[in-house]
Amino acid sequence: MREYPDDPEAADVRSLLETLYELAGADFRAYAYSSVKRRMLVQVGRENTGTIAGLEKLVRHDPATRDRLITTLTIHVTAMFRDPAFYRALREELVPMARTYPFIRLWVAGCSTGEEVYSLAILLQEEGLYSRCRIYATDLNERVVQKARHGIFPLSAMQEYTRNYQRAGGTRSFAEYYTADSEFAILRPALRENVVFAVHNLVGDASFNEFHAIFCRNVMIYFNRSLQDRVHGLLYDSLMTYGYLGLGRSETIRFTPHAADYEEVSAREKLFRKIR
Amino acid sequence: MIVMGGSLGSMAALRLCVQDLPTSFSLPIAVALHRHRESDDALVSLLQRELALAVREVLDKDPLLAGHVHVAPCDYHLLVEPMYFSLSTDDPVQFARPSIDVLFESAASTFGPRAIGVILTGANRDGAHGAREIRRRGGTVIVQDPTTAECDVMPLAAIEAVPDALVRPPQEIGRLLCALANPTPS
Repeated sequence: MREYPDDPEAADVRSLLETLYELAGADFRAYAYSSVKRRMLVQVGRENTGTIAGLEKLVRHDPATRDRLITTLTIHVTAMFRDPAFYRALREELVPMARTYPFIRLWVAGCSTGEEVYSLAILLQEEGLYSRCRIYATDLNERVVQKARHGIFPLSAMQEYTRNYQRAGGTRSFAEYYTADSEFAILRPALRENVVFAVHNLVGDASFNEFHAIFCRNVMIYFNRSLQDRVHGLLYDSLMTYGYLGLGRSETIRFTPHAADYEEVSAREKLFRKIR
Repeated sequence: MIVMGGSLGSMAALRLCVQDLPTSFSLPIAVALHRHRESDDALVSLLQRELALAVREVLDKDPLLAGHVHVAPCDYHLLVEPMYFSLSTDDPVQFARPSIDVLFESAASTFGPRAIGVILTGANRDGAHGAREIRRRGGTVIVQDPTTAECDVMPLAAIEAVPDALVRPPQEIGRLLCALANPTPS
């Protein structure tokens, strides 16, 4: 790759990305190079192939290896109520607006394994809004969406999630929201009553509805700048005027073509409102 | 490109390293410090108060700016691309996010011989592998002299991984960085 003259592995990275696109239609070619390469190397270790070129050889012949690599490249790690202050900002800013609408559509774009979807559902339920909401939770990988739909998380994570929940302004006991097994926490099925889980690829798929709020947190950090611009276009087209856009704490819209179309509702929590 | 890493106790050492760098310093500096997941941006303002160079907490895709100290936000990994930074929320590496290894490995792969890695005081072995990668790709590795370190585990691990690392007390690292950034033509 000509942009990476100092990286002898750049050609192998590019070649593996092309192979995934060609054989599986999985398009990671506009992902941020450094993080996609790092995940490839993680998979090289797991599959014990020694090199990225070795991993590609295996991926070409073995669909199961291919699927595992795609999952590794897809998943983004998150937590329930990650950045508690973000959820406090939602309670203060989004909730009052939402109360004025008879029906509210929200989109969690790139929902991964669902942690943020359930956090949102809990928040809306506590604010008495959930019955009027529909949350669309999408990710590009069917296996990941399936996992999100199940709403089963490691029990070991619950201590952190409970603390996050309390700091996010939670008003109940967090344990009310799940049943604990010896190993897993199974979230109450009622929390997904108004959630539609679906496969949707931000890279290539079109807008499918108009939303009052869209959450796309720590998803686009894995994209390069030009792909970020395209996805911001898609989110903009999917958001109603005066709708809210929530990004991750260290993301910005400053570099995108839509920067001027939003106002900052909370600069710190990266909550924006579409104004035109 | 300069990448630096240490644990939270390395703030003082970091200051000593960069306080004498001129605002015209020709390279971008990126720093990954281990700190608590929920720590606020006090670190950046603390550093800024004492440094001439501009200090910034990185936002995703921020450009690499010469003469700026770019600090990894807590709970994200910091990676470098040729023109800008990328962030990731991938799993912590050796319990650390930001991980010094992740930052150093990406600098090694993106900048090859033009990468300079600096390991400061720290309480675990994070950074040793990344430092070795920088060296393997022809870059330069500097390690804080373990006898000057508040905690010598990290510097010792880095020296073990990179036997020909340049070992210096922190107040000499700044001068060394200047010399490396502006090599006098011979």
